[in-house]
Amino acid sequence: MSTPATTIFSPETAARFDRLVTLYPVRRSALIPMLLYAQDEVGYISDEVVKEVAQRIGITELDVRNVLSYYSMLRTKPAGKYNIQVCTNISCMLRGGYEILEHCKQRLGIGHKEVTPDGQFSLEEVECIGACCWAPAIQVNYDFYDELTPEKMDAVLEEYKTGRGKETR
Amino acid sequence: MADVTFTVDGKKLTAPAGTLLIDACKAVGIEIPAFCYYPGLSLQAACRMCVVRIEKMPKLQTACTTTVAEGMVVQTETDEIKQARKATIELLLGNHPLDCPVCDAGGECELQDMTFKYGAAESKYVEIKQHREEQQWSPVVFFDRPRCILCYRCVRVCGEGMDVWALGIQNRGVSAVIAPNGQDHLECEECGMCIDICPVGALTSGTYRYKTRPWEMTHVATICTHCGDGCKTTLGTRRSNDGMEIVRGDNRDKSGINGDFLCIKGRYAFDFANRTERLTKPLVRQADGQFKEASWSEAIDFAAKRLREIRESKGGQAIGVIGSNRTTNEENYLLQKFARTVLGTNNIDHHRTVDYVSFAAALAGKSERTASLRDTANAPAILLLGNDPTEQHPALAWNLRSNVRLNRARIYIANHAEIKLRRQAKQFLEIPKDGYASLVQYLAGNDSVVAANEQTAAFRDAIRKEESLLIIFGSEFRGRDIQALVEFGLSLPNTKFVLLGDYANSRGAADMGLLPDTLPGYVPVASAAHFADEYGAVLPQNAGLDLLQMFDAAQSGNLAALYVVGSNPVTRYGVDPAVLKNTFVIVQDMFLTETAQLADVVFPAANLYEKAGTVTNTYGDIQLVKKAADKAGVRSDFELIVRLADRMGADLKKLVPFGRGVRADMGQTRGAQSGEADRHSVWLAAHGLEPKLSPFDPFATLDEIQRLVPSYSFSRLELLAGSDQHAKSELVQISAAPARRDLVLPSQDTLFTSGTLGRYSDKLKEVLDSHTTPKPVEAAAD
Repeated sequence: MSTPATTIFSPETAARFDRLVTLYPVRRSALIPMLLYAQDEVGYISDEVVKEVAQRIGITELDVRNVLSYYSMLRTKPAGKYNIQVCTNISCMLRGGYEILEHCKQRLGIGHKEVTPDGQFSLEEVECIGACCWAPAIQVNYDFYDELTPEKMDAVLEEYKTGRGKETR
Repeated sequence: MADVTFTVDGKKLTAPAGTLLIDACKAVGIEIPAFCYYPGLSLQAACRMCVVRIEKMPKLQTACTTTVAEGMVVQTETDEIKQARKATIELLLGNHPLDCPVCDAGGECELQDMTFKYGAAESKYVEIKQHREEQQWSPVVFFDRPRCILCYRCVRVCGEGMDVWALGIQNRGVSAVIAPNGQDHLECEECGMCIDICPVGALTSGTYRYKTRPWEMTHVATICTHCGDGCKTTLGTRRSNDGMEIVRGDNRDKSGINGDFLCIKGRYAFDFANRTERLTKPLVRQADGQFKEASWSEAIDFAAKRLREIRESKGGQAIGVIGSNRTTNEENYLLQKFARTVLGTNNIDHHRTVDYVSFAAALAGKSERTASLRDTANAPAILLLGNDPTEQHPALAWNLRSNVRLNRARIYIANHAEIKLRRQAKQFLEIPKDGYASLVQYLAGNDSVVAANEQTAAFRDAIRKEESLLIIFGSEFRGRDIQALVEFGLSLPNTKFVLLGDYANSRGAADMGLLPDTLPGYVPVASAAHFADEYGAVLPQNAGLDLLQMFDAAQSGNLAALYVVGSNPVTRYGVDPAVLKNTFVIVQDMFLTETAQLADVVFPAANLYEKAGTVTNTYGDIQLVKKAADKAGVRSDFELIVRLADRMGADLKKLVPFGRGVRADMGQTRGAQSGEADRHSVWLAAHGLEPKLSPFDPFATLDEIQRLVPSYSFSRLELLAGSDQHAKSELVQISAAPARRDLVLPSQDTLFTSGTLGRYSDKLKEVLDSHTTPKPVEAAAD
């Protein structure tokens, strides 16, 4: 239960974590936000992240892993530079979410939770991302694309492939 | 809290408000099934087996989380409830393999019992069961994922009960799985509580798994042979080629002083008994210096003849006797009686792990001042000075943790190390290693002896405010320091004391007079009148040689014979083997220890699991030891002492007062299945025939102990019924202790060691190795 002497995080994130643990009645409440911010910075939840987060909160690494493994949006392996998250919950499903998912699989040549060999793209089937009104929708890192068709999806992928996509991480 | 009245299944019941419904029902014999609920642990409500119908509540309620309330009307076993439980089991069996015939828990599985009761073996589910390979997490813990029903008992007992927190739950839903803290292995205290508490066969024990079926074992509850806590361990034994073999140790019946706790030693470290290099034939050293196997009568004759010659030519003072920390009270008592009456010497001692004599002297005449192990689980305030119970007294540590968790006990700890129990302490004071005596002076009011500061002041104030205090202290206190500590304690109201010694019967060895200057009950050797009357013999009046003096005497050629029973002083005290070259050495032990290797005669001895009698734990709780195992070729130390005395020409009727009145072990103390002789005596008793009384009956000696040692005047009936009896320290007739030489040598054992005996446990060794050698880094395949 202490701030470590050396940190694996940037000074901004480290400062943010110092504050986070003071915000809640119990320190461990800061666990999920810390893991999310750590994932944004490191790209995934590495063993080093687990270790330092546990130390900062004053819980065991096992405690961190228990929570980490529960949530599907926390990952323990690096994702691609652009993480395509295709929603297949009810609204998107009715409006062709699975088609979009299948289309992405074929275009990228990867499956669920896989990364392209060049490390540019990764694909994920996710639960509702809150864009039901514009279904089917996807998220690329933190950017939304909605009312998609396979053709529109191709355009989105092309933009990212050529480096013109929106950077949101 | 005030009582409330409620109705369960038409019966009017009363229980204190706040009682859990499941407990209130259990108390009157209404069983509500549950997997996740476990008394003493936090509530989980994960399994949904305990659902009951409570009037005016919309849905079925979990009895394990509902507290009783005034006017509550409850049904526990209706068709609706049966259907709900059946459905729950059906879901639990969704992934659980139905391979009970090959499961380690088959026959003692709670899920099996419930499936049998509610008939949920048929399933609506057609999906293929998820299978995962079994994993080994440590030398003693194996995990079979598909069998797990996610009751969280193991997670809670490891975290809350043991304060180890080595188990967690990972993933979610149907993929949820119990996970160890080392990702693929456990880093823990290896207590095995998780295995014991597992309602199914998901967690299995490295020593027991797939060796036998539960119903093929005979279960004998006896006392653990390792540390000074004296836990009851129920040994599962099975007939083997050369006797009865122990295959399991547990305490699921919770009948003992330790409740449901056992540490690694009580649970797994019985395997020394099955070691192949165990001695089973007497060894006699030949003229060429080599050991040769001999028959019992040859070996005993040879040893007795030499002892007699030495006694007659040089007198008793040329003979030394060293006793054991692990033999029974009866054996210890008999050994000192043998030394004093047959050998005619007070040269008798044992490896002293703490100073019980000074403790007895400090408490002389004070009644109700020593605490039982049981008291440590409910005392409101505890002062722990020295020792590290987590390593050396695991049951005490368990009790202290439970006491804090369940009763909010206040624990004050002063130690020279940051012991793990500080995590439960209300206040923890780190003091120098030699600072215990000054700390006591400081607590008693002398400000100048320590560097007092706010922390020490707060510590002292808190302790002095306690209305009832249990003071537990370790071998850091000896002689006058014990006296000072007890005096300080007695200046407070309602204080009780515990002195923490190291082995199963260290306390008994001191109580039974394995000391050169005191007889049983700490009677000084100079005032031995009533012992002399009872023994019908003249006892030596001068204090004998202590253990170190015996070796000094051997070196200077003044110790002609040394009789060592169940002890390994050569290693413990670092004795140069050359010291004993002119001394005739007799050793009784299980193994050819470093001491036995120097002997002239070695007798293969039985261990504590292979004999009957009593032992006294370090708290003064006297408990019955029952014979569980058997090994062809070994003899109990009791029998060996008697036979040696017989061949030396002693009058056995005087040595062991057998045959006076009706007292006999008819097998009830040893387990009905433990041997031919026992069944013979059971048959005799059943047919109203007088059982055969023999000089090998330790309970005849217990009669004599109870006549001569007032502090052992406990109820024999309660003892035989399996209850622990507390020694009455107020009845110890000891005068103020004269200055004595400090011979205390703490064993420094940890959770995974147990003196010389521990070295012969393969399981302890395996665990110790796995904890000390780092895991090999996975090498790249090339």
